[in-house]
Amino acid sequence: MITQFLLGGLDRRVNVVLALILAVAVVVPVLHLALPPDNPFHVPNYAMALFGKYLCYALLALSLDLVWGYCGILSLGHGAFFALGGYAMGMYLMRQIGPRGVYGDPILPDFMVFLNYKELPWFWYGFDMFWFAALMVVLVPGALAFVFGWFAFRSRVTGVYLSIITQAMTYALLLAFFRNDMGLGGNNGLTDFKDILGFPVQAPGTRAALFAATALALALCFWICSAVTRSKLGKVLVAVRDAESRTRFIGYRVENYKLFVWVLSAMMAGVAGALYVPQIGIINPSEFDPANSIEAVIWVAVGGRGTLLGPIVGAILVNFGKTWFTSALPELWLFALGALFVVVTLFLPKGVVGTVRQFWRERSERKAVAVAPIKPNPEPEPAE
Amino acid sequence: MSLARTSFTHIVVLVALVVAILAAGLGLARAQTDLKPLVDALGTGDFDSTEEAINGLAASGDPRVADILRALEGRELYLRKDDQTVVRSDGKGREPEIFDPLSGASLGTVKKPVLDRISVNNKIRRAVQAAVGTLTLRSPDADVRRSAALAVLKTREPATIPALDSAIAAETDEAIRTLMVGARGAAVLNSDAPDADKLTAIEEVQGLDARDAMQILTQYAGAPGEVGPAAQAAMDDVKFTLDAWSAAQNVWFGVSLGSVLLLAAIGLAITFGVMGVINMAHGEMVMIGAYVTFAVQELIRTSMPGLFDYSLLIALPLAFLVAGAMGVAIERGIIRFLYGRPLETLLATWGLSLILQQLIRSIFGAQNRQVGNPSWMSGSFDIGLMSITWSRLWIVVFAICVFFALMAVLKKTPFGLQTRAVTANRPMASAMGIRTPWIDAMTFGLGSGIAGIAGVALSQIENVSPNLGQGYIIDSFMVVVFGGVGNLWGTLVGALTLGVANKFLEPYAGAVLGKILVLVFIILFIQKRPRGLFALKGRAIEA
Repeated sequence: MITQFLLGGLDRRVNVVLALILAVAVVVPVLHLALPPDNPFHVPNYAMALFGKYLCYALLALSLDLVWGYCGILSLGHGAFFALGGYAMGMYLMRQIGPRGVYGDPILPDFMVFLNYKELPWFWYGFDMFWFAALMVVLVPGALAFVFGWFAFRSRVTGVYLSIITQAMTYALLLAFFRNDMGLGGNNGLTDFKDILGFPVQAPGTRAALFAATALALALCFWICSAVTRSKLGKVLVAVRDAESRTRFIGYRVENYKLFVWVLSAMMAGVAGALYVPQIGIINPSEFDPANSIEAVIWVAVGGRGTLLGPIVGAILVNFGKTWFTSALPELWLFALGALFVVVTLFLPKGVVGTVRQFWRERSERKAVAVAPIKPNPEPEPAE
Repeated sequence: MSLARTSFTHIVVLVALVVAILAAGLGLARAQTDLKPLVDALGTGDFDSTEEAINGLAASGDPRVADILRALEGRELYLRKDDQTVVRSDGKGREPEIFDPLSGASLGTVKKPVLDRISVNNKIRRAVQAAVGTLTLRSPDADVRRSAALAVLKTREPATIPALDSAIAAETDEAIRTLMVGARGAAVLNSDAPDADKLTAIEEVQGLDARDAMQILTQYAGAPGEVGPAAQAAMDDVKFTLDAWSAAQNVWFGVSLGSVLLLAAIGLAITFGVMGVINMAHGEMVMIGAYVTFAVQELIRTSMPGLFDYSLLIALPLAFLVAGAMGVAIERGIIRFLYGRPLETLLATWGLSLILQQLIRSIFGAQNRQVGNPSWMSGSFDIGLMSITWSRLWIVVFAICVFFALMAVLKKTPFGLQTRAVTANRPMASAMGIRTPWIDAMTFGLGSGIAGIAGVALSQIENVSPNLGQGYIIDSFMVVVFGGVGNLWGTLVGALTLGVANKFLEPYAGAVLGKILVLVFIILFIQKRPRGLFALKGRAIEA
């Protein structure tokens, strides 16, 4: 049944995107590993980390688009799910350091020795096993999203109210994770990682594998998202987005649909965070900053919400711009980012991908009109 | 004969006079010689004999003693080993100059090894303080008497009781007498007086500052006989007072935080509550208000320093105008294209806030800017055991003024009437001839302007930096949503509730955890009442 469901998500457009992502997953690591450093096509070390980061952000944007673009839930707290996934992975990586830390304690990570912990806090147990950590990467954000969503959707908190309390949620987590007695590294977070699954994280081979894994995860999530949005469930989600009360009156349990897609999205964000941490080499509470979550929203808006390709394109475009600006014109970056928010909402509400698609559709419609003068039924526009 | 008798009488008188003068001179000399051995005794024996000498000196009542004893405490007294006298010196250099401690006359210089510094331990220090205290208890200067009484209170030396008794009898200042009586009580408790005396002493101690009384009483709570339970009972009394004051202090801190929240949120209550516009750049309006204050103060500092005390009053209307004009420009330039699309408004104004922050950073620099307190806003005063800073008090007063002024504008002016009409039913208001776009722009300007004057107030208690506003935006939204959108009273109640709740949680949970708890509480509260404490009643099903 699941295969049938997933296969239902495939069509020509999805196939093309999937093939593209998979090609990236293969080609970039090969260029990194196989070519000598003086070859112009060689992908250097820093670029691997950078591209890997872009792909993680793309996955985060994709998960955000699933709830915002298809269900009308504007989350200003998706960074929290991302960071929680990251922390779960970070805890695994900390446990893998073992006795190689500065203080050489076989069990306790350095910061715990520093803060005079005598034994491992209970929630650190199990994180020495990869499968457990991997499970937590999806379960912890999923559980938080479930509890949060269960309350919020049941009491029909919608629109800007929901946005604001998601922002409050990530803000509360930011404050919580800054505390040293949380047992998660406080201000400094988790860093100084050595191994993942027995391979050194800094080694070129590991980097290439992590990059490929990120691209694969992105492809898989893209596939799942397109399956969800193309199914009957997806149609209900769009109905909820466009007319929530009407959908409820027809007889759908709106909150259950919302809860499902919300939890799924949070889990994807968690995976993105988990892949982000070993490539960047650090996770600290600033990932919970509400500003980060809202920046993710603009990636989706730039790419085009309600199109699954859009957030991927948007995340990569905006972050490429950020990399370029912060090195070339650092004091202008915030102006550019701010202007992007204003310009996109005012002049490009459909985003890049949405606008291009509309352009093509109109062109083909004009052609169709030129061939046969009978006007076809236009596709209904999604209401705001 | 008569001449002889006369001369005899004269001689007698003369002799008597001479004797009297001599006697007086001798008496003076004796007083001086009396102190001399006591002073020398300070250095010759062990600590016990030193203490004895201190008490002897104190009993002499000589005004010079206090100075000598302070020198002892300050480790400026030395024993001269060659003739076993005590001298005073700063002990600097190889051959320090020495002075007679009583007369202060220089005795020339000696080689350092001849001098032996008189050592002082805590017991000696206490004895010195008690002695100096009793010596100055009857000073004509009230401030000296007060500090003397405090010094004696600290020592709790039973030897000071007689001195205290006479001082209490002579004291005219009520507050100082209470202090002396308390000090006497403390000394009695510390002595081996009978229980009956100690019971009165406990009552006397209760008259003291609650914190001092607590500290003294704790030591006798476990004492045998009647004293222990009595002290315990007194302690419970005092503890109650202390708790009450600390609760009052917490309420005050809470009200103060609440008024800051109110100032930050009240402009938002208009733009978000009345107009339904999510303005994420609201915090930046507050920040701009603070920078206007900074600019005004800079201008005053360089051109007319005499006006510094009025700088805030000058900054207020300016901040209102600058932030208000910004608000109108934002509404006309961006927000009016986005009505009916609240989520997009949120994103656009967020982008705007980034631009404004960076703009201020480019103009004024990223570092914190110093905004000074005018003289009438600096310092603090005490009410009972509470300490209240003037700046906080003025901000509370100011917040209340702003609240009621805004209320009056909305309820009593034609503009307010039109605003409320547009809020209630836009098409109908438009049909009645109200220019709704103009009202929108003005309302947004009003909300932003109020954020600007909030910035003037916040500049007094916060660091003025480009990030000033960002710290308030989430809190402000919480206040507005908690209080109920579209209701100013709700904002007032919401701000004060959250402020007080925050400050009451702080002692138990710590500042950060307290804040987290408040946030979680609000998140849960919104689930229960999605429209806030004071919801507007309406028929709309969609938000």
